[in-house]
Amino acid sequence: MFGPLIVRPSRSKGDKTGSWRIKVKPKFLQKNCIACKMCALVCPEGCISGKEKNTYICDYEYCKGCGLCAIVCPKADIEMVEEGSGGENK
Amino acid sequence: MKEFLEGSHAVAQIVKLCKPGVISAYPITPQTHIVEDLAQMVANGELGSQFVNVESEHSAASVVLGGSAAGVRVFTATSSQGLFLMAEVVFNIAGMRLPVVMTCANRAISAPISIWNDQQDSISLRDAGWIQLYAENIQEAVDLHLIAYRLSENKSIMLPTMVCMDGFILTHGMEAVDIPTQEDVDKFLPPYKPLYKLDPAEPLSMGLLATPDYYMETRFAIQETFKDVLKVIPALSGEFKSSFGRDYKDGLVEEYYTKDAEKVVIAMGSVCGTVKEVVDAMRKKGKKVGLLKIISYRPFPYARICEALKNVPRIAVLDKAVSLGGYAPIATEIKAAFFGKKKSPKVVSSFIAGLGGRDITQESIKEIFSKLSQKEANLEFIDLKPELLKDEYGE
Repeated sequence: MFGPLIVRPSRSKGDKTGSWRIKVKPKFLQKNCIACKMCALVCPEGCISGKEKNTYICDYEYCKGCGLCAIVCPKADIEMVEEGSGGENK
Repeated sequence: MKEFLEGSHAVAQIVKLCKPGVISAYPITPQTHIVEDLAQMVANGELGSQFVNVESEHSAASVVLGGSAAGVRVFTATSSQGLFLMAEVVFNIAGMRLPVVMTCANRAISAPISIWNDQQDSISLRDAGWIQLYAENIQEAVDLHLIAYRLSENKSIMLPTMVCMDGFILTHGMEAVDIPTQEDVDKFLPPYKPLYKLDPAEPLSMGLLATPDYYMETRFAIQETFKDVLKVIPALSGEFKSSFGRDYKDGLVEEYYTKDAEKVVIAMGSVCGTVKEVVDAMRKKGKKVGLLKIISYRPFPYARICEALKNVPRIAVLDKAVSLGGYAPIATEIKAAFFGKKKSPKVVSSFIAGLGGRDITQESIKEIFSKLSQKEANLEFIDLKPELLKDEYGE
């Protein structure tokens, strides 16, 4: 018999950690992106996706606003902006 | 083919035949020879495992946790303080339901430091969710490793197994051992196929935070699975017999002249060999004595033991570990097993012996049998030296 054991990304039951965000959230500028994937790899929620250059974006339902993606981005193409300042996608 | 082998070397041989993908361990007496041999095999190119050198047992356990989570068969071995340093990870391995197999070369616990044998280390971790199997001799230690991998990797079990063998007595003792061929091992133990694994292509998380909404079910599930283990061990033991010829009956306990016995000693591990010698000698003199050897301590085969001993009037439980401030570990289980049963022994005496490597001789066992004729003994220490004890220390 097994109990709850593994959790797959995007299946975690209702834990929409986006509600943890306070004050700031990442803004993916999508201007100088070189598709190095560092932001996707460093994201503790695994909620950043993208393929080509300038396509990377996070899922704000899960983004906790930790800011690691903005710090790791070698092109400074991700900015932390005030919550509610618009531009969810860009 | 039988070879004259040191216990540790024999265990290393069988682990090699099981082809673990990752081995990690930190040296600690009396376990060191096992992983030393395995490291040599890897260095010689005889074994394709990744041998990860680490800086502590906590890391060794973490490495095999990671290896197993990544979907390969793993192996580690430790002892005493090393096992305790692993303790945190030991619980995690069971909680994540990873089929890790570990050899515990049983050794006493500090302080005072003792490198010698008793069973306090593994018994102290009995609640960790690991299957614990205890070997009487080197051949059994070898065979239990094969059974352990099959058992742990069973899709309905998925629990780690600790194969416990008495330090020095078995790890450093020499015995003629039958090491099976690679072909036979491969037939008995197919490559490990994980139920789920860490894979960047298909990400998942294991052992994540479980809120009060989820935690209890994880524990209930392991508790229920142990009931299945009690059924799987006898089945595996039968399969083992047809593959390798050695018969461990149901693989949970061994009954040695218990059927008509008036006095039975219950014991675990290498001391059972000594008890058998004494039983043989006493039987020759017409005394109806016997031994019940426990192989599976976790899960504890309560029903099986009650069935085996329901008609035996006097039982002595021999513990090589203590639960300081409480009853002895195995004695507690035996008393609990019989509580409220219509047919149960009149006397269940509890003896402690062999702590910190003090030899349990045939004389010690004879003393236990003779004390079993008297009134019920509780927590009686055998071969104690009262001259070393004082009521007060200092002035």
